[in-house]
Amino acid sequence: MMVMSNRIYLDNSATTPVASDVLHAMMPYFRDHPGNASSLHASGRSARSAVEGARQQVAEGLSVDSREIVFTSGATEADNLALLGTALRSTSGGHIITSKIEHDAVLHASQWLAARGYDVTALDVDEFGRVSADSVREALRPDTLLVSIMAGNNEIGTLQPIREIGELCREHGVLFHTDAVQAIGKVDLPMDVIDLLSASAHKFHGPKGVGFLFVRRGVKLTPMQHGGGHEGGRRSGTENVPGIVGLGAAIQLALQEREAVVDRMLGFRTRLIEEVLKLPGTRLNGHLTESLPHIANFSFQAIEGESLIMKLDEHDIAASTGSACSSPNLEPSHVLVALGVPLSMAHGSLRISTGRQTSNEDIDALLDALPIVVEELRAFSPFKVGG
Amino acid sequence: MYTEKVIEHFREPHNRGKMEDYSAIGKVGNIVCGDVMWLYIKVEKDNADRDIITDISWETFGCTAAIATSSMVSDLGKGKTLEEAIDVTNQDVASELGGLPPVKMHCSALAADALNEAIYAYMTEHGMEIPEALQKRHAHIAKEMAQLEERYAAFSGKDGEKPRGCET
Repeated sequence: MMVMSNRIYLDNSATTPVASDVLHAMMPYFRDHPGNASSLHASGRSARSAVEGARQQVAEGLSVDSREIVFTSGATEADNLALLGTALRSTSGGHIITSKIEHDAVLHASQWLAARGYDVTALDVDEFGRVSADSVREALRPDTLLVSIMAGNNEIGTLQPIREIGELCREHGVLFHTDAVQAIGKVDLPMDVIDLLSASAHKFHGPKGVGFLFVRRGVKLTPMQHGGGHEGGRRSGTENVPGIVGLGAAIQLALQEREAVVDRMLGFRTRLIEEVLKLPGTRLNGHLTESLPHIANFSFQAIEGESLIMKLDEHDIAASTGSACSSPNLEPSHVLVALGVPLSMAHGSLRISTGRQTSNEDIDALLDALPIVVEELRAFSPFKVGG
Repeated sequence: MYTEKVIEHFREPHNRGKMEDYSAIGKVGNIVCGDVMWLYIKVEKDNADRDIITDISWETFGCTAAIATSSMVSDLGKGKTLEEAIDVTNQDVASELGGLPPVKMHCSALAADALNEAIYAYMTEHGMEIPEALQKRHAHIAKEMAQLEERYAAFSGKDGEKPRGCET
């Protein structure tokens, strides 16, 4: 079934459209260069050269060595490989530190380990969603195997003090992993204090189904996927050649145009915050300044988030919510709950996330539609604003 | 994920908003789990001295499905006698909407429950004999609300917000 797409796409934290240059780079590897990168013949060699070229692009983008890049099917796999891969090297259990507002890939992987005898500390965050380096310091134990704290939050955009946390881990000889899915290409990453870093191509205008884990030289992982020993034995499975080529092209593009794109995004975010907070019964979830440039998360009193998304959809606008109405247990977003957002507001969240293609007109359209749909939904809500 | 019918009722919900001169009100749901529905009924005698629900309206805080089911239950209940309206089930609401996604079935439960609770409130207030089926439904709804509040006690304790349950 083919359904039309929204005219105005403001859900770039969920995924982004593939950039034309990226698509163009990928195309030959679907058909004209069909080889398996492990094959000896010319087609195989061409695929291998493309994969290694992309690895070089990623490595250069991060200023690391290309041997430190392990291609995966995306960030969920990279997160799992980082957590499980380091934890399972210990035969006697151990301790892992993470935060309450991690992405489910880290949260659920750490819970999986907790169910198997590992100790997991999930650190609290402040009202803006910040983990403090001091709380990491206090949680460290002699048997701590890994600290995993995301670079920037996917729901609310809050940046974590990962340099401080990374330095702390270095001091104590503990591995530090960061999920940089939303942060990559948007903010500087302190690669000198990071041991493991996850990313996914489709968050920066690359294709879906491909990502990577940066693994600092000398860091040993137990592989999660066993087979032909690809990726230096760290991740078996035939390389997704067009995907990997797309990832390389996308990261290169993101870094080339970063300054201009981030500038635009910051402008959009400032304007969104100014305008949305003029509406009664609204709040900004996250940090005013210590934030990723492309994410702004708001709560609307007396309104449930999914309805808000569906009403915006009527206006041809795609946005999203952190609200859990789509999940069977109905609890509000674990991120907003960790921030201490009142329940009446935690259900009514709206995440606006911009991309390289976002225009002023897109933001205009959202700001035109928003007061209308908010009013429409509040008109029949049993809860009143300001009460 | 939603049927065209659900989207249609969500876009232009029927009988929405507060009623001033209502005869009874049914309040169900819980802010903690994210769906709250208040359903108002206006009950009047017809020529044959039967109690007819002549008007229904509602106020709902909830997702797309919660709003669409509110709209649908108001259509289904309107014009029926109290006895007929008691028989409106969750299944009726869902099937009239062409079905709901499995995780959203709780929304249709909420809609029929709200109608039941409004009828229960009306009959209680007017000293009418309450049919056994309605009695049972009311007890069941009250029990579910209590379980919900217990389950989410940790949440509600956290920000000092008392869950607003069904106040009957």
